[in-house]
Amino acid sequence: MSPSSGRSSRRDFLKTALAAGAAGLAPRPASAAPKPALSPDRMGVLVDTTVCIGCRNCEWACKTAHALPTEPLKSYEDKSVFEKFRRPDDKALTVVNRFDAPKDAGTPHRWAKIQCMHCDRPACVSACIVGALSKSEDGSVLWSTRRCIGCRYCMVACPFQVPAFEYHKALEPSIRKCDFCHDRRRSGGLPACVESCPVEALTYGPREELIRVARARTKRYPQRYASHIYGESEVGGTSWLYLAGGDFADLRLPRLGPDPAPGVSESIQHGIFAYFIPPASLYGLLGLLMWISKNRPERGPHGPGE
Amino acid sequence: MRPAPVQGKFLTPGVIALILLAANGLAVLAWRLLFGLGAVTNLTNEYPWGIWIGIDVAGGVALAAGGFTTAALGHVMHRERYHAVIRPALLTAMLGYTFVAIGVAVDVGRPYSMWHPLVMWNGNSALFEVGMCVMCYLHVLYIEFLPVVAERFIGRVDLPGLLAPLNAPVDRLLRALDRGLAKTMFVFIIAGVVLSTLHQSSLGTLMVIAGPKMHPLWQTPILPLLFLLSAISVGFPMVIVESMLASRSFGLKPEMDALSDLGRMAAPLLGIWLAFKLGDMFVRETFVHLAKLDKASLFFMAEVLIGIVVPLRMFLSPAVLESPPLLLAASALVVLGVALNRVNNFIVAYTPPFAAGSYVPSLGEVSVTVGFICLLALIYRAMVMIFPVISLPDRSLPVPARYRVRG
Ligand code: SF4
Ligand code: SF4
Ligand code: SF4
Repeated sequence: MSPSSGRSSRRDFLKTALAAGAAGLAPRPASAAPKPALSPDRMGVLVDTTVCIGCRNCEWACKTAHALPTEPLKSYEDKSVFEKFRRPDDKALTVVNRFDAPKDAGTPHRWAKIQCMHCDRPACVSACIVGALSKSEDGSVLWSTRRCIGCRYCMVACPFQVPAFEYHKALEPSIRKCDFCHDRRRSGGLPACVESCPVEALTYGPREELIRVARARTKRYPQRYASHIYGESEVGGTSWLYLAGGDFADLRLPRLGPDPAPGVSESIQHGIFAYFIPPASLYGLLGLLMWISKNRPERGPHGPGE
Repeated sequence: MRPAPVQGKFLTPGVIALILLAANGLAVLAWRLLFGLGAVTNLTNEYPWGIWIGIDVAGGVALAAGGFTTAALGHVMHRERYHAVIRPALLTAMLGYTFVAIGVAVDVGRPYSMWHPLVMWNGNSALFEVGMCVMCYLHVLYIEFLPVVAERFIGRVDLPGLLAPLNAPVDRLLRALDRGLAKTMFVFIIAGVVLSTLHQSSLGTLMVIAGPKMHPLWQTPILPLLFLLSAISVGFPMVIVESMLASRSFGLKPEMDALSDLGRMAAPLLGIWLAFKLGDMFVRETFVHLAKLDKASLFFMAEVLIGIVVPLRMFLSPAVLESPPLLLAASALVVLGVALNRVNNFIVAYTPPFAAGSYVPSLGEVSVTVGFICLLALIYRAMVMIFPVISLPDRSLPVPARYRVRG
């Protein structure tokens, strides 16, 4: 702006500033923040670790159902894999680990199958930059290859450290995690792991009902079970639930509070952006400041207030 | 004093070293694009983010803060005295953010899907917000730089051979653009400051969702505020560092007048950041973790001492403000400290529940990061030799330009 046209440029300034401010205040598109609809009939699985015998049939069934390479079922009888603690990865969406049993359990070992917990308030869904992850009505948290850009923020966010990434692919690397056998279930089937379990350590059903079943078991056999149902309240609740004979930390299930994992970050996020009012006000404030200081005489190099 | 292209030789031994390092980084980068992230990085399912996010992206955004802090000071508060440092800071921010965008693009697993966030929105995601703001700000920075391009070429458009008939129309276009921008530039300048405060703070929100996976010394709900305050604190010191390095490299006298005033403002800004950082530590009683003297506590103390306490004390001393080497040292400490802070937040503090080992960047990751920094320095050098960015004393200038633009 040339200094010669003080008044008219001031008017221009105000006009343009108002227009810019108004643009900032326009209502934001409704699609910006889809809230996952939590269906009351969402399904879940109850994992009873006091029943599991560590046969790893579920590992084999899961791989087979998801076209992942696997050794024949016979090789799963080899117990040496238990010497190392394993985590699910891009080649195994679920794994079973062996742990020392509590003292009076009458057995030296306990086993626990782990996979995505299918959280009710999933951190991965809240975090994903493009909304590639979503919580569906049947309880599963699903990943969409059509949207994913491979940023791996879901992995940073997940409190159970579940999503795995195909680091060795240059093209279309995927996020891999348990999909709760979404396709099988839609066509009326059971999750592959549940179907394959020979001792019914895995129970599939509506989550609400599973909690009732789990509570009944802990009440009926108080010596056999810890009273807590893992996943009922952890990070706002999960679709997969666990029963154990002792402390869940002994099965290396992370100790987590009842607050949903995305809670704090979402409220900060929406606080900063509340209908664009804070950014628009800042814009207005700076504009005002700029306008006021525009024609103010420059202070000397060592003037006051510097 | 007014901005003019710097004269001199482009190639010096130092520049050749930069070129070699940049070429090495680009070669590793080609490997990553051909064979995937796993082929060159040490990233795992436990540690999904490494130095490409911690340094190239988070560090890059923080250290480019000189752009919006000087714009706020020079344009919004109209302190004409600082105009000499605005253009260099603008150029650094523009190149810095360009490399941040490139850094993100090579870190994501599917670089060809980088456009997805434009049409696939998730308003709950801090990363989405950072991405959108950075993208908008990058455009604002390019627009803010346009007058410099116009100033360089108006009346001097000289296209080679067959394109020569276009000289007049291009010149007219530049003039129109320049006139239009002169009237509306303040819209972009304010937008740049607003966008910067937004994404500088949202960059802090990024790690909030990691919850207990982040060490309690760093995990706090006021992370966005701490990120914003540290970005504001590092803005002026970064401008001092780059201005001093540029003057030294081109054999010019450092602009001590403006620079020591910038240094004077750094102290209170650092003080505010320190107050919130320590206050947060006492409110959440995380100081108990300091006594452990483990990796986290040492990195935390290093960040506070190197980045805040020592330079804060230095900036308070008039002797430091008057002495070019001491002023450079104090500013460089803040720059190092804030870079360390970003590395701490994104890498050191990240403690996944099921970690078999810890993350140490691979040689390939380091090569790419170093390569990007060298490439940035090379482009900066070329740009200040082509465009009027750095202010030179009037008498060392050739014929005065016919056309002047406010910048
Ligand atoms: S366990 Fe992790 S990946 Fe699975 S739904 Fe929860 S946050 Fe998402
Ligand atoms: S890696 Fe894919 S699914 Fe995970 S947050 Fe990024 S875009 Fe979303
Ligand atoms: S529900 Fe399906 S995908 Fe998930 S662990 Fe079981 S078999 Fe694997």
